[in-house]
Amino acid sequence: MASGNGEAVSSTDYVIHHLTNLKLDLATMTLDSHATGFWVLHVDSLFFALVLGGLFLWLFRKVAKSATAGVPSGMQNFVEMIVEFVDGQVKETFPGTHPLVAPLSLTIFVWVFLMNCMDLVPVDLLPTMAAGVGIDYLKVVPVADVNVTLGMALTVLLILYYFNIKFKGLGGFAKEALTHPFGPYMAPFNLLLRIVEDLAKPVSLSLRLFGNLFAGELIFILIALLFMQGWLLSALGLGLHWLWAVFHILVVTLQAFVFMVLTIVYLSLAAEHH
Amino acid sequence: MDINVTLIGQMVAFALFVWFTMKFVWPPITSAMAERQQKIADGLAAADKGARDLQEAAAKAEDALKQAREEAREILAGANRQAMQILEEARTAAQSESDRIKGQAQAEIDQSIASAREALRKEVATLAISGAEKILGREIDAAAHSDIVDRLAAQI
Repeated sequence: MASGNGEAVSSTDYVIHHLTNLKLDLATMTLDSHATGFWVLHVDSLFFALVLGGLFLWLFRKVAKSATAGVPSGMQNFVEMIVEFVDGQVKETFPGTHPLVAPLSLTIFVWVFLMNCMDLVPVDLLPTMAAGVGIDYLKVVPVADVNVTLGMALTVLLILYYFNIKFKGLGGFAKEALTHPFGPYMAPFNLLLRIVEDLAKPVSLSLRLFGNLFAGELIFILIALLFMQGWLLSALGLGLHWLWAVFHILVVTLQAFVFMVLTIVYLSLAAEHH
Repeated sequence: MDINVTLIGQMVAFALFVWFTMKFVWPPITSAMAERQQKIADGLAAADKGARDLQEAAAKAEDALKQAREEAREILAGANRQAMQILEEARTAAQSESDRIKGQAQAEIDQSIASAREALRKEVATLAISGAEKILGREIDAAAHSDIVDRLAAQI
């Protein structure tokens, strides 16, 4: 199968193989999927993330460049529909205006949606093609890599701090961190609570997305295992695959939406005075 | 799930994507949408105004029509009145003319009757005198008895 060397592979090996990233060890600059440590780059995750993000930017930029106030064409209609949807969500939740909020939400929604959609690509298709050109490991769903989701969540966290300081001032932010919610006499406890709260935000954002998509991908891989177990189980696998894919169309959209909405909610909390 | 430098890469990529979207994607699309919204609103307002103008023009036309109809009716009534007047005048004139002619004829008739009566009376007087002459056997002095004869004739 995906290992491409013709040997019979055990189910465990098959699953592990599918869950292993194509890794670039930055210390030795070699592709080594068994490398460990911090200075290792998941080439596949970042590659697919960048390709899909690029697809998003290219498509939307193309529409933006030719956007007219006249009768919109099909693609412009589609893009405007998404923009309007995101804009509506932002306007509904975020108090006041800031030019960063809506574009951030749009980027999150579309990019995460596209990365989630990699889930729906048959699990063996791209790894097998990669094996054909000598790449032994390929994990095609970027959001099934915790680095990707946590990376986005941490960027959101940085923007949260930027908003806190911008809207409340450094003093206001410090005051809120020290006196909220139990008043000034509980300052250390308040600060501790605040740290936990702020840590919980990126963790909940990233792990929710990662967990959903990782689990989804794992189920797809397990279903794919059925295709190696004779025609009866293959037929069953086909049905299951179809069902799970249909269900995942929902999950893919929902998780992108949830990530976006939670980001907007966190930003509103950061921008609001208590 | 090992955390490594991919995280940093994703953070940088994400930040760049958001920056690009904020700079080059979001503003043109939303401004085009806002502009279209404005255009549609303007168009609707213009349509409303057009409809209102149309209504006004229709009302004005209706007014003009009504006025014209009124005028026509007035003119017609005036003409009718005038015709009636002319007719009346003609009738009066004809009446008076006929009266006059009738009066004249009457007068002539009366005169004729009077003259005929006079002639008749004279005749009767002559006949009476001649009758009386025959009865008396002598001539009556017409001049001397004319008053009697005349009275006689008047009695007839």
